[in-house]
Amino acid sequence: MNKSPDSLKKEFEAIVGKDNVMTAEADLHSYSYDAAVLPSQAPAVAVRPETSEAMGKVVKFCNDNGMPLTVRGAGSNLSGGTIPEKGGVVVVTGALNKILEINAEDMYAVVQPGVVTAKFAAEVAAKGLFYPPDPGSQTVSTLGGNVAENAGGLRGLKYGVTKDYVMGVDFFDVNGELIKTGSKTVKCVTGYNLAGLMVASEGTLGVFEKIILKLVPPPQAAKAMMAVFDDMIAASRAVAAIIANKIVPATLEIMDNFTIRTVENFRKAGLPVDAQALLLIEVDGHPAMVEEDAQKVEKICKEQGATSVKVAKDAAERANVWQARRDALPALARVSPTTVLEDATVPRSKIPAMMQALNEIAKEYKLQIGTFGHAGDGNLHPTILTDKRNHEEWHRVEKAIDAIFDRALALGGTLSGEHGIGLAKSKYMKLECGLGALDYSRRMKSVLDPKGILNPGKIIGF
Amino acid sequence: MADIHELAGLLKELDDQLVGCMRCGMCQAVCPLFAQTGREADVARGKISLLDGLANELIRNPVGVKERLDRCLLCGTCEANCPSGVKVLDIFFKARAILTGYLGLSPAKKAIFRGLLANPRLFNQLLSFGAKFQKLFTKEVNDLLGSSCARFQAPIVGDRHFKGLAEKPFHKLVPSLDTPAGKSGLRVAFFPGCVMDKIFPNVAQSVLKVMEHHGVGVYMPPNQACCGIPALSSGDTDTFQKLVALNLDVFSKGDFDYFVTACATCTATIRKLWPRMADRFNSRGQLREISDKTMDVNQFLVDVLGIKPEKQTGGGKVVTYHDPCHLKNSFGITSQPRAILTGLPGYAFKEMTDAGTCCGCGGSFNLQHYDVSARIGGNKADNIIASGAETVATGCPACMLQITDMLSQKGARCRVRHVMELYAESLG
Ligand SMILES: Cc1cc2nc3c(=O)[nH]c(=O)nc-3n(C[C@H](O)[C@H](O)[C@H](O)COP(=O)(O)OP(=O)(O)OC[C@H]3O[C@@H](n4cnc5c(N)ncnc54)[C@H](O)[C@@H]3O)c2cc1C
Ligand code: SF4
Ligand code: SF4
Repeated sequence: MNKSPDSLKKEFEAIVGKDNVMTAEADLHSYSYDAAVLPSQAPAVAVRPETSEAMGKVVKFCNDNGMPLTVRGAGSNLSGGTIPEKGGVVVVTGALNKILEINAEDMYAVVQPGVVTAKFAAEVAAKGLFYPPDPGSQTVSTLGGNVAENAGGLRGLKYGVTKDYVMGVDFFDVNGELIKTGSKTVKCVTGYNLAGLMVASEGTLGVFEKIILKLVPPPQAAKAMMAVFDDMIAASRAVAAIIANKIVPATLEIMDNFTIRTVENFRKAGLPVDAQALLLIEVDGHPAMVEEDAQKVEKICKEQGATSVKVAKDAAERANVWQARRDALPALARVSPTTVLEDATVPRSKIPAMMQALNEIAKEYKLQIGTFGHAGDGNLHPTILTDKRNHEEWHRVEKAIDAIFDRALALGGTLSGEHGIGLAKSKYMKLECGLGALDYSRRMKSVLDPKGILNPGKIIGF
Repeated sequence: MADIHELAGLLKELDDQLVGCMRCGMCQAVCPLFAQTGREADVARGKISLLDGLANELIRNPVGVKERLDRCLLCGTCEANCPSGVKVLDIFFKARAILTGYLGLSPAKKAIFRGLLANPRLFNQLLSFGAKFQKLFTKEVNDLLGSSCARFQAPIVGDRHFKGLAEKPFHKLVPSLDTPAGKSGLRVAFFPGCVMDKIFPNVAQSVLKVMEHHGVGVYMPPNQACCGIPALSSGDTDTFQKLVALNLDVFSKGDFDYFVTACATCTATIRKLWPRMADRFNSRGQLREISDKTMDVNQFLVDVLGIKPEKQTGGGKVVTYHDPCHLKNSFGITSQPRAILTGLPGYAFKEMTDAGTCCGCGGSFNLQHYDVSARIGGNKADNIIASGAETVATGCPACMLQITDMLSQKGARCRVRHVMELYAESLG
């Protein structure tokens, strides 16, 4: 990069307009971080294109000048995916926030990448359809960010995650060329699955310009319940037994004792503070089936040792159950200055073993770890409560994180169920994928992005 | 200017509060300013991270940080919704004080705060002088709203449609009061606050009428001073502390059960910010006593006096309600004013869309960033108009000013009233 800051500023202004280029130190600093607990790094410029043409030109300009480019949606990712570690340009997608089409007949929607997830879900619901992926950050996260991270949510077990709804992605390659992929048809096997390649690519392979998303009919009925256990292993066995009985709840969440007590302290919702574990379960679908499934789930939980199972009688009680789950992170976050939310995921049958491992790790490193998560899909969120200013303790936290991934991988699990790799976990990549897959990915990246401008440092390093 | 290390040292005192922000970004969903601009520096997370950067000397431009910190309505919506429980407003007020202390107060603000606000008598004189001559410079635009705009180019007024100063301010109409408790057995101190005193004396008179109706004794000493929020939000803690002291002097002579205001902003300032920010006087005990007794008038009527307005079933003129941030976010007061409004004879209460979002006034924010303020307020006006209401009620004179401007700009035929005005009228 050998242009002066002044001429750079002018050239970007010519592309996106004066109001959409930020070069002041204070503005740049506010694009230096995301929701991950990692050191921040300010970019040289931040731009906010208002049209896709302008976004394409920005990409080309960056490539022509060899400048690193990091796309930023809401910056809510938990893996450092939007920290411009190598400086360069941050491209903010917030102004590209139009829902271009919701097609009720063919059940798909076309959106710009900056559309906020919850707004989109609400618009879709208003048309009598359903967009299931609901990450905990949905009130702020963008669909572009969701696709780039392959975000999941509470409904992952039955309805799948973002990738199950991506039918197509139009994206800019490094030359600013618009690459169209996928289709509005349910079936499409034309060429390489480039849209699939974009899912979970974390801004390292292309810049999304437009996304085609699948919609489904909403369930007619739903029933929520809370099962109380005095033994974590029994609760985990109940999870396995529900699935083994061929019931697929929409949601199946677990909370450990520490999380239960903290949530209760925070909300006073009447949670059983002596319980070692809670399962929060929702079944949905056809009303008759919901009735039957709910009864079966209740029976299974009791057989597996639940001390009580409370079925929500009405919408208010149902809301209460889910409020308790939504409160988990906020309640834990209030306990200590720094909250490290991890994302270790194991096969469902290994949940008891992973829970056990987390207990041991907390003891070994003398840390407070609260665990909750999507038990139904094996995705746990061990949450370490700490203070990053305490260097000695922070050192133990880093060791504990290493240990968590070691144990998850040893159990046949994965580094990330939904939060992505970003900067935070790139160093563990070869542990899970092996050198072969890492090398293949790096070769692919070096051809598609020869100058290495697209979100350098993320996922595969360099 | 002192050096950056010194500033960093001062900001480090905020460290414990700053680290509580986990950078989750959830405040983006609720911040009315971010909804308009989409800029990270405009939302709580961005501002907290800027302060953190300044404290850690990652940023070396305090002026730049201050400019961005000033772009905030101080509405407290982020704080009310923050999962980590970050005391965002505490941080912002303290940081403004630190940065202003470091960079100095602008000459204009110095003149206004230290020369005028801190001398209530002079302030009152000057404004009553203004009230006499304002008609020469303004012209009426909306008779129903009672709004005017500038006849000539006037830099502060700009394109605003404003409510003029009252011909006689409240303190001229009722200089002081000290009535015994009636059938309620209670006595309240009444604090009208500047905007009500000078622009909406009718609201203050309505409050007195309501108190009389319910047999509540009123203590209202002369020479009350401003609650201090304009000075505090500009970081001028000296003037703020002076104003608090002036008020303590005049109120501590009385005896009363509650300290009541009909201005949401005054209530929040006295109840929450006096104890947090005027620590110099805490030792006197009086400050705590007054601030603990402070209560919004709607809450006083419904929660303390226990008035149970009967629900009106019939039709009538449609009235809707705007939640002032300082009632909703600071105290969770939302049901009490609605209870009063649904009981009004001759009115039918109708909820508007997004009643709980900020009107965009934000005190001096409106002066400094009128464009954004007007965009936020414009949405509010659209929602009011869409509700079909012919009266919009609220509980803060500052909101009343902003909403009047916004409705007037759109040529709306809708009155802006304080809940107390409507309630007082219903008492016959
Ligand atoms: C409180 C909280 C709860 C959360 N809960 C969940 C959860 O339940 N499930 C879950 O999966 N995640 C969760 N997350 C993580 C995060 O919200 C998701 O990863 C989300 O998808 C990020 O969206 P975003 O718009 O903030 O993207 P950003 O954080 O801005 O970006 C994420 C990545 O996407 C890339 N990107 C963004 N837009 C584009 C584009 N147009 N083209 C190319 N690349 C792009 C960025 O470069 C970056 O690598 C949570 C986070 C928080 C703070
Ligand atoms: S202020 Fe609160 S809501 Fe906003 S980023 Fe910080 S912790 Fe999250
Ligand atoms: S106080 Fe209001 S305007 Fe200021 S950051 Fe918080 S939500 Fe936004």
